[in-house]
Amino acid sequence: MSSETKQILTTDGIPLEVSLKKAERKNKIKAFLLVVPLLLFLIITYVFPIGEMFTRSVDDKMITNMLPKTFKEMETWDGKELPSEEVFAAFYKDFKVLVEKQEQGKLGQRLNKEKNGFNSITKKLLRQIKRNKIDENQSIKEQIMKIHKRWRNVEYWQAIKRTAPPYTIAKYLKGMDMYIDADGGITQVDEDRRIHRILWLRTLEIALLVTIFCFLMGYPIAHLLATLPMKYSNLLMICVLLPFWTSLLVRTASWMILLQQQGLVNDFFVLIGLVADNNRPEMMYNKVGTYVAMTQILLPFMVLPLYSVMKTISPSLMRAGKSLGGTPFVAFWKVYFPLTIPGIGAGCLLVFILAIGYYITPALVGGASGTLISNQIAYHMKTTLDWSFASAMGLMLLSGVLVIYWIYNKLVGVDNIKLG
Amino acid sequence: MALPSYTETRYRIWHYFYIAICTFVFFFLIAPLFVIFPLSFNAEEFLVFSEGMKNLDPDAFSLRWYKDMIYGTKNPWGLAAKNSFIIAIFATIGSIILGTLAALGLSSRHMPYKGLIMAALISPMIVPLIISGVAIFFFMAKVGLAATHTGIVLAHIILGTPFVVITVTATLSGFDHSVTRAAASLGSNPFNTFMKVTLPLILPGVISGGLFAFVTSFDEVVVVLFLAGLDNTTIPVQMWTGLREQLSPTILAVATCLILLSTIILVTAELLRRRSERLRGINR
Repeated sequence: MSSETKQILTTDGIPLEVSLKKAERKNKIKAFLLVVPLLLFLIITYVFPIGEMFTRSVDDKMITNMLPKTFKEMETWDGKELPSEEVFAAFYKDFKVLVEKQEQGKLGQRLNKEKNGFNSITKKLLRQIKRNKIDENQSIKEQIMKIHKRWRNVEYWQAIKRTAPPYTIAKYLKGMDMYIDADGGITQVDEDRRIHRILWLRTLEIALLVTIFCFLMGYPIAHLLATLPMKYSNLLMICVLLPFWTSLLVRTASWMILLQQQGLVNDFFVLIGLVADNNRPEMMYNKVGTYVAMTQILLPFMVLPLYSVMKTISPSLMRAGKSLGGTPFVAFWKVYFPLTIPGIGAGCLLVFILAIGYYITPALVGGASGTLISNQIAYHMKTTLDWSFASAMGLMLLSGVLVIYWIYNKLVGVDNIKLG
Repeated sequence: MALPSYTETRYRIWHYFYIAICTFVFFFLIAPLFVIFPLSFNAEEFLVFSEGMKNLDPDAFSLRWYKDMIYGTKNPWGLAAKNSFIIAIFATIGSIILGTLAALGLSSRHMPYKGLIMAALISPMIVPLIISGVAIFFFMAKVGLAATHTGIVLAHIILGTPFVVITVTATLSGFDHSVTRAAASLGSNPFNTFMKVTLPLILPGVISGGLFAFVTSFDEVVVVLFLAGLDNTTIPVQMWTGLREQLSPTILAVATCLILLSTIILVTAELLRRRSERLRGINR
């Protein structure tokens, strides 16, 4: 019992170590409880719904639920030759249930997407059932096969079997312009129909170029703001902060006015003789408009992180560099620039993340060649109502953004984000 | 930025080039906003500067579009403005409460998994709005809150809290915790300590986070487009519809009002920032 005598005890007689640990745990719980309301709120209203987007995007239970008996019988079918009498009988039973619920049309349409020609042969089968032409005491296989030659084609039964799993990655493949072909392999769609690939590439291209433009324009002014005396830089800071606080739609509207054919930018080009008055270029409803407007709108997000980093760099460092014999360019490149890299990383990643998900501005000034992946998602949500495809595209975009966010977190740390 | 007299010519040229670039960028940033002012006073329907306007003819200017904005027939702006303010105010209050509590927890040095939780709480700011819009729409449709003010307010709380969390954690990073211990040792309970000691000190951060949340909600269009019914239309949604159909001068009148509003918010935010820096003893 010698070890116990060495222990320091609190006045209650509890060892100090235990007591401290208890207090520590209490503090941990206290701190955590403060975060719990927001965390719970976000999990319920935000994280779960994003998870639901995933289940929605891979969900393919429709046929699985429509043909339960068929798929059970098909488990033992090798899929090479026509299925057995049992499979046909099970399919017939499932189909009759659907006819009672008047859902056979949905089945036909869905199967038709899997393989062309299903719609008409399910309708033929329906007609035979309605006329009571099928005798349940005789071989159902023979009778169904007589209805149409496609029912005798093994490829159609293979197509039914392919729809058995309750989950599918077809929507993701569609987002990459691919599909599952008859053999179950993954194939690309014809070259002239690869619309989504163009959109992904265009989104990436616009996000990258806008980031580069923002960097090229933001770096000099952030440097100026950080080196000017306070009274001037505060005034110039307004030029950065006022657009930052102004409504996105207001700024987009102003670009629509400036860039239109009779707009001020074209007026100016005519004035300096760059273009002829009767030959004013179209600057809106194409990529030019998207680049210009997005660069101006996202520029503050580049300038602010750069500024906050540059502000901490002592001007004496540049002077030291010069006094050690470096020309101003060398001093800048070897001393100042490396110190600003954290700011460059923060600004570029922030602008890129924001640009890649842009929706409003491209939709208004972009025209057809300025639409991005976000516009496509909105289109499927609102117009075609293919919500599972919209979810799949959204999650593909999200996974890209999360990778960048993770890098951002590693490089800069989210707790270092500064605002205003 | 006067150059010393011994500067070589090429650096002199480079310096003027640099100043020219900066001037251009500042002009590029701020000039588009100033196009809207004069055009919103246009007497004509076209969105170009008329000859009269270029010659500063008083007849070429009018308040016609402002009158249309306020008194126009079948005018959507009144309802939109009311909705926008109601939604933004409630969303701001919700964001401030949830965000400040979370920031207090995150700033405690006892907080476990700090980085991970912070990253999760900030994520609505990083995730593209269109994805947030789709996800929140699925949720609100399921619980029957689509096309209600409540649904939009909840959605905007999701989008607004990250800003409050960031600004309040930043304010708390320079916070001297010995003052709360002093209050506790003088017999104050934790709630009183928070209200009388902590809150007054972090108030600038809380308000400036609230301003961000307010602007986020007031300016947000993507999520509202998914959630809003006819009765929940907001100013940005109205502007979006207007801009898609046809750019009318009434929109410019609204835009001018919004620019004035953002100027007020900018000045408030700037004053708060300075006050907060003074309080934290950061002198620059």
